[in-house]
Amino acid sequence: MHGSFLSHRGGFWLWFALTLVLASVVAYVWHEPIGLANGGTWLGYTLGTLATLLIVWLTLFGVRKRAYYSRLGSVKGWLSAHVYLGGSLLVLGTLHSGFQFGMNIHTLAWLLMVLVIVSGFYGAWVYWRYPSRITRNRDGMTRDLIFREIADIDRKASMIVEGLGSPADRMVISAIQLFQVGGGAWQQLGGRDRSRMMIGVLKKKQKIWKRVSNPRQQRLLDELTGLLSRSADPKEAALLQELIDLVSRKARLVKQLLNDIRLQGLMEIWLYCHIPLTLALLATLTAHIVSVFFYW
Amino acid sequence: MENRFEVVIVGSGPAGLSAAGRAAELGLSHLLLESTTHLANTIQRYQKGKHVMAEPGLLPLRSSLPFDAGSREDILAVWLKNAKKLGIKVGWNADVTAISGQRGDFVLQTRSGKSVRAKHVVLAIGLQGNPRKLGVPGEDQPFVQYQLDDPDEYQNEEIMVVGAGDSAIENALALARQNKVSLINRRDEFARAKEGNLSLLEDAIERGRIRVFFNSSLRSIEVQGNGEHRAQVSLSTGEGEVQVPVDRIIARLGAIPPRDFVESCGIQFPNKSTNAVPELTHQYESNVPGLYVIGALAGYPLIKQAMNQGYEVIEHILGRDIKPVDHGLLSKKFSGLPFGLDVEQTLDKIKKNVLCFGPVNSLRFRELILESEVHTPRAGEVVFSRNDYTNSFYSIVEGSVEIEIDESTGKRVTVGEGQFFGEMGLISGRRRNATVYAGRYCVLVETPRRTMLRLLSSVDEVRRRIDQIFILRAIHSQFAPNSNLEDLADLVSSAELRQYAPGEVLFAEGESGDELHLVRRGSLTVSRYLQGREVVLSYVPAGKYVGEMGLLGNSRRTASVRAVVPTETVVMKSEPFLALLERDPNLKAQVQTQLQARLRANASMESSTEGGELLSFLMRQGLGEATDVLLINESLCVRCDNCETACASTHGGTSRLNREAGPSYASIHVPTSCRHCEHPHCMKDCPPDAISRNASGEVVIADNCIGCGNCESNCPYGVIQMAPIGGSQPGLWSRVLFGAEHKKVKDKDAPKRAVKCDMCTNLKGGPACVRACPTGAAVRISPEQFIELVRED
Repeated sequence: MHGSFLSHRGGFWLWFALTLVLASVVAYVWHEPIGLANGGTWLGYTLGTLATLLIVWLTLFGVRKRAYYSRLGSVKGWLSAHVYLGGSLLVLGTLHSGFQFGMNIHTLAWLLMVLVIVSGFYGAWVYWRYPSRITRNRDGMTRDLIFREIADIDRKASMIVEGLGSPADRMVISAIQLFQVGGGAWQQLGGRDRSRMMIGVLKKKQKIWKRVSNPRQQRLLDELTGLLSRSADPKEAALLQELIDLVSRKARLVKQLLNDIRLQGLMEIWLYCHIPLTLALLATLTAHIVSVFFYW
Repeated sequence: MENRFEVVIVGSGPAGLSAAGRAAELGLSHLLLESTTHLANTIQRYQKGKHVMAEPGLLPLRSSLPFDAGSREDILAVWLKNAKKLGIKVGWNADVTAISGQRGDFVLQTRSGKSVRAKHVVLAIGLQGNPRKLGVPGEDQPFVQYQLDDPDEYQNEEIMVVGAGDSAIENALALARQNKVSLINRRDEFARAKEGNLSLLEDAIERGRIRVFFNSSLRSIEVQGNGEHRAQVSLSTGEGEVQVPVDRIIARLGAIPPRDFVESCGIQFPNKSTNAVPELTHQYESNVPGLYVIGALAGYPLIKQAMNQGYEVIEHILGRDIKPVDHGLLSKKFSGLPFGLDVEQTLDKIKKNVLCFGPVNSLRFRELILESEVHTPRAGEVVFSRNDYTNSFYSIVEGSVEIEIDESTGKRVTVGEGQFFGEMGLISGRRRNATVYAGRYCVLVETPRRTMLRLLSSVDEVRRRIDQIFILRAIHSQFAPNSNLEDLADLVSSAELRQYAPGEVLFAEGESGDELHLVRRGSLTVSRYLQGREVVLSYVPAGKYVGEMGLLGNSRRTASVRAVVPTETVVMKSEPFLALLERDPNLKAQVQTQLQARLRANASMESSTEGGELLSFLMRQGLGEATDVLLINESLCVRCDNCETACASTHGGTSRLNREAGPSYASIHVPTSCRHCEHPHCMKDCPPDAISRNASGEVVIADNCIGCGNCESNCPYGVIQMAPIGGSQPGLWSRVLFGAEHKKVKDKDAPKRAVKCDMCTNLKGGPACVRACPTGAAVRISPEQFIELVRED
């Protein structure tokens, strides 16, 4: 009922692409060009034309994906073909070059093509592996629910600390205020937690407040457990224990959230290479074709 | 002042106002009694700027006051202007509490103790009822309100909200944003409130934004002349008397349903059903001579119908013989009929010929025919086909039809004049189970589902007659298509209908029992206790049966059967059934084969408990009443939201599905999206009847939606939204190159319409969400495929 794009129609496009690759390899081996194999022979032109048409068609996936009224196949079928035919381009394009590489626009076009395909392969891999990882990590929660539960915990915690007084109250409140997830691309992809909090330290026999990092609420938990171990008042101890339970729950949610952001980021980041590289490829490809014909 | 009128009209809504308008126009001595201080209170209470539609579009308006589709404000202004121009006499603040007497001498008592005498009384009080008041001194102070229009109007006040229902909680929550709010509940919990409201309320209580007094009631309201606050309320609470200062009291204690009052006037209702309407004559006269009932109370909730009745009732009181406004429509409807009779005669003929319409009163029958279609198909023409998703009801006025009950053999049965067909689709809410061909010279009346359901709920005799035939035909087509109907008499007469609430057990594992249940609406699950846990093994939709093992001799139940949604079954006793099996060895073999198939399927489900867990998860999401549901496989979904974008782009910019919302189990996610229920909750209360089911099964909302929001609140799955009409759509290339999005209507007061998934019924390729999914994660399936899905996962 549910079927992946990789096995669409029993892997039709995989077999189609393999046939295409096999046919071009056979032709390349069989072909005996005058001089070195290159793009200027009849086979070279054929492979070049085929590869160009393929590149243009592969680019059109971006259009088909947004053409919601289109009845030209399904987007899933297109993606399946996009992946396998895109992969076959690696062979077609390379055979077209006749393995003649140099410091020129032609090789640049080839290199860009390879980069686009490799980024695409990475994309296909993450699309295959990551959805289940994200589901497992979310464990039935949505991002919105996680944020709401964290807000709920923060509210309860700030009510409890009212009865505790300093220093617990300043630490907990500052940890809530300085809680931070997300940030730039690196922070998101690295799953880094830039949350901070304030702690009181003695400096020259005077207590001053200092900002320290509080990744996954661990520093706050350290401080709270420290307070609890030194507490002699049963009422205070009960409140501290309640706080620790809440912060531990929050720590678990933060971990889940950071993981979710990281996984989702990794699943999407490749498109930010794939698309610009494609545009660069199209430009270089145009230059390659124009220069070949112009300097004939 | 003369205190005796030719006609007194109670209620100044569209019906009452129109009656008063006609009376004033004719110079009749009249009085319009209105319990508030303004005309048309129900319309006044619509939200500001609401666009009011003039449905049904076909029906002409017949009234001394104009009415056309427009904003609430425009309509009210036009009515007010014309009421003045016509010289309508209105008695304000006249809440009528009793009507006694008879034609020529009625006495009406009002709450303020006044009485009015009238020769005729027209009751046009609608169905909204009067808000229940606080019942303590001070309840009518200007700062005591029984409704809240705009919570943002008040700031920094001490506001007391009284009531335990959703409206009280919603008002309290909205007011708490800018005021200090206390909420008074007579009991110790909010038992009637919605789950969502409760959690918001708990939140607000915890944050100290709302103070709740449980087990409390108001004792008195004392106005404070020059205090800091307007008044002092004394509350009796579980812990004694408490004084609370207030600036405003909002009482949301529900409405007093008008039925009690109507019955106290001597008017009879045909039964206890909540949507029953009083029995009336053609002239809208009730069983109390001289006492007329019009408008929503008479069963006509639309403004235009009500206004027409207002006009007509005055004409009837004057003894004028005017043709009903629908006369022209009916005459057009009947124009193709071969009877050569006038409208009234044709109506009589249909009523006389069609058995199940016999017990319907003439006014209701007229309405029924007006809403129905009359067909004269050629011999051999298909009336509807097997697997169509239509659910209208057909009656045969003349001639006959042939029903193909067995597709493989092409066996047909003939159903003749006066009979009906199509009841299976109507009752089960599922696809048609047979193809029907027209016979020679046949005349058919096709009645829409909604009209039929209204009829079934108000006329018991019609329901009884249809049920009887239903049981006969269900047994005949399911078990004995080759038997004569006479052979089934024993079985049919011993069969009975039983209703089950969601979750109710039909029979439990280990019990002894020998009844067979044929599901006629709703659906069931079959489950067993395995290693101390209940595991769901299969799903039984309408049209299938369970319990045959008991009938075949094994009287100890091997599994439990439970209703998933409101379910109705035809229960058959073993003795007459066994007798039938004895007579027909083929049938016995067939029942045994089906039993074996079920046992085998159950055994394979038992080997994987995960499958059972997934199936019961799906049932918990209400999918037992679904006909087509969107499911997302999360192990394939890359969260690109192309499904939502595709939906929005093909549906005026509003996505009808929310991918991320909704629960998941294992890797199956049920997004918030319409599942096209067998008996759609959204259809229950749609004033212009804009929601319907297409022949291919989609439940869709037509353009005549008036934006009332009833369907949105009736849908238990939250899949209907109110969206502004209009906006503009970006072209394909501006989407591809610049990521352009749909431009929404900015005006907050722009008219809105209910929108929901229509399964892209207008798109040739099928649902856009599924077609736009790049990874194959999104599928739409019907419940019959659940078992397949469960096995796959």
